[in-house]
Amino acid sequence: MPISTDIGVWVAVFFTLCIFSFLYKDNPFYKFAEHVAVGVSAGYWFVVLMKETLEPAVFLPLKQGRWNLVPGPFGIFLLILPVLIGLLLFFRFSKKYNYIARIPIALIYGIGAGPTLVQYLQNSVIRQIQPTMVKISFASWDSFSEVLIAVGVVCGLTYFFFSKEHRGTIGAVAKVGIWTLMIGFGATFGFTVMARVSLLIGRFVFLMRDWLGVIS
Amino acid sequence: MKRFFDRLILIDRRVIFLFISLSVIVPLLVKVELPLEVTPEVRRVYELVESLPDGSRILIPCEYAPDVMAEMEPMLYAILRQCYRKNLKVIVTALYPTGVNLIEKELRYMADQMGKKYAEDYVYLGYRPYPAAVILSMGQDFRQSFAVDFYGTPLDSLPMMKGVKNYKDVGLVLTVNATGGTEYWIIYGRERYNFPLAIGVTAVMGADYYNYLKTGQIVGIIPGLKGAAEYEKLIDQPGEAVRGMNIQSIVHLLIVIFVLVGNVGFFLSGQYKKKK
Repeated sequence: MPISTDIGVWVAVFFTLCIFSFLYKDNPFYKFAEHVAVGVSAGYWFVVLMKETLEPAVFLPLKQGRWNLVPGPFGIFLLILPVLIGLLLFFRFSKKYNYIARIPIALIYGIGAGPTLVQYLQNSVIRQIQPTMVKISFASWDSFSEVLIAVGVVCGLTYFFFSKEHRGTIGAVAKVGIWTLMIGFGATFGFTVMARVSLLIGRFVFLMRDWLGVIS
Repeated sequence: MKRFFDRLILIDRRVIFLFISLSVIVPLLVKVELPLEVTPEVRRVYELVESLPDGSRILIPCEYAPDVMAEMEPMLYAILRQCYRKNLKVIVTALYPTGVNLIEKELRYMADQMGKKYAEDYVYLGYRPYPAAVILSMGQDFRQSFAVDFYGTPLDSLPMMKGVKNYKDVGLVLTVNATGGTEYWIIYGRERYNFPLAIGVTAVMGADYYNYLKTGQIVGIIPGLKGAAEYEKLIDQPGEAVRGMNIQSIVHLLIVIFVLVGNVGFFLSGQYKKKK
């Protein structure tokens, strides 16, 4: 396969090599590529959010006169009120009235926290505690891992118990806790290395297949 | 001897980068095949998809951007191949803005490869903001968030979407996800509406989601390129992921050697005593 003649591929190659150049040392090419990536990403987000959110939810209903999203005299507020509240965010740019921007921010946090609190507590915290309270039969290796989970959770939590000095029994349990945490961090780090190497392989495949055409 | 160990821990990082690069380039040029074992958590996902009756529907929410394409694209391709082979009807959403067009391109590519038609074999619903709210509303009716598909066609005019109202009408939800949205699918989707959920995530996220496997909140997990390679092996069509994993193993071996060399150098060079 011959070398690519696609201009898009050459642009991608240029930016890939710019990023790779950082491995030698920091340089203007790397900085340029970094800034372009941030700028393009922000621009892309803006366009997608504009096209997929504001256009169908606000601009089109306003343009087509579909003001009453729900029947009744207050339907119009469902369209206008959120837009007005959203516009209050721009008061962030005013030195005198920037406190007004806190109203939409508070609403965003409040609406976000409301459903999240209960759902997370129920489905993340409580459900995650359940595997530490299962019946152990000691008939298979599964039971061993269940004991390990229970011990790991208790010891890990003890490590974060700061109301008593970590000495004696508490100290020993906390020590097991920190070892448990370290093993967890090790597993996470191992996965992270794998992920980063995957991305490196992806880039080399791009350079050698899509650009140089030396592999199929 | 001590000087040798001193030098060992002072190896320039660029030398390490060079070795890592070579360990990727050489296996790409010279075909290398290493054994790959399929883990039970990946097999479970495969078997669940396999157990779906022909013609049933599967929802695949894809949430990732081009930065993790190397990991997620082979995963999505392997899943789609299996679905299309089984004649499953695929519904895809993209609740992450920067991946919207990439996913559309990937869907078109795989449909062309497998001879599948839009609106009959697969449907792309595209992006809507606020993933948690979208996931919750889809439990009532897909049309609440997606009145039209990615191309602006009303859902009711798409043959494949006739009779599809909410999660009850899909056999499995299998999210290919590189964002925190994975948790939303578990907490707001699976827990609220009780549908079978499997996840395919990046390797970085992998360790964080194994605990959901233990609680039964997900039926299986495909972690990163390794998971994708296992999936390719299961569908008996080795591709980019299997090739990547062969290289990955070599790179990991090299990293382990460097870690050992660094530690041996550190303990035998006298630096350890100095630090003590």
